[in-house]
Amino acid sequence: MIISLVIHGAPGTTQGAQTALTFCRAALAAGHRIYRVFFYEDGVHNANALSVWPQDEQDLNAAWASLVREHELDAVVCVASALKRGVLNADEASRYEKPAASVEPAFDISGLGQWVDACLNSDRVVSFGV
Amino acid sequence: MKTLTFLARSAPYGSSKAKALLDMVLSAAVFEQKIQYIFLDDGVYQLLAGQDPSSLAAKNVSAALPALELYGVDQVFLDLASLQARGLSTDQLLIPVTTCNAADISKMLAASDMVFSL
Repeated sequence: MIISLVIHGAPGTTQGAQTALTFCRAALAAGHRIYRVFFYEDGVHNANALSVWPQDEQDLNAAWASLVREHELDAVVCVASALKRGVLNADEASRYEKPAASVEPAFDISGLGQWVDACLNSDRVVSFGV
Repeated sequence: MKTLTFLARSAPYGSSKAKALLDMVLSAAVFEQKIQYIFLDDGVYQLLAGQDPSSLAAKNVSAALPALELYGVDQVFLDLASLQARGLSTDQLLIPVTTCNAADISKMLAASDMVFSL
């Protein structure tokens, strides 16, 4: 089955981000194809490369980055959600005169059109952290 | 073409959920998908006419609702029980909607390819 995920929840705030990660791993292990992982609203915080986690907690940001790299997942961060929450790539940091880029490079920043495209090309789209 | 159903269940202010779902609806409409937009629970407050959130320094989330028709979104539904439970009536609404009940919503969900609820 071809599956896409929409993640609304920030890591460490809602369970949804971690559940999505576990779901994604399980789906891949079961042989399903992940078409896209779309991070929306507070979900974009999962793509923040500047997050620092306490040593005795699972670093969800690192876990997502590692999963995306290992499986070459198409991980897309909603641009409108990301800009508002300070998840910027180098181009945007420069354009808006902000002091740092923060997005994990394994993620792309794009628009809701990528979410619609995921709906059109997936058998299932599963939402997390609503 | 796919049938995408959107359940608007949150009040227009107090969280960004109403705006986030509306943005999804409008994006899907641009791609010319079949859309069912259903307002229920606290989501019925999004349909009220005369909203003035200026004291919240917030934009009027519902200002875009009259444009839905221009986007080709003409399947807009309201759960009548949710409206009545909040002491509201259909003559207080900003846009024309089709009233429905829980059984109608079940049928619409069953006929959908994808469902998004915020």
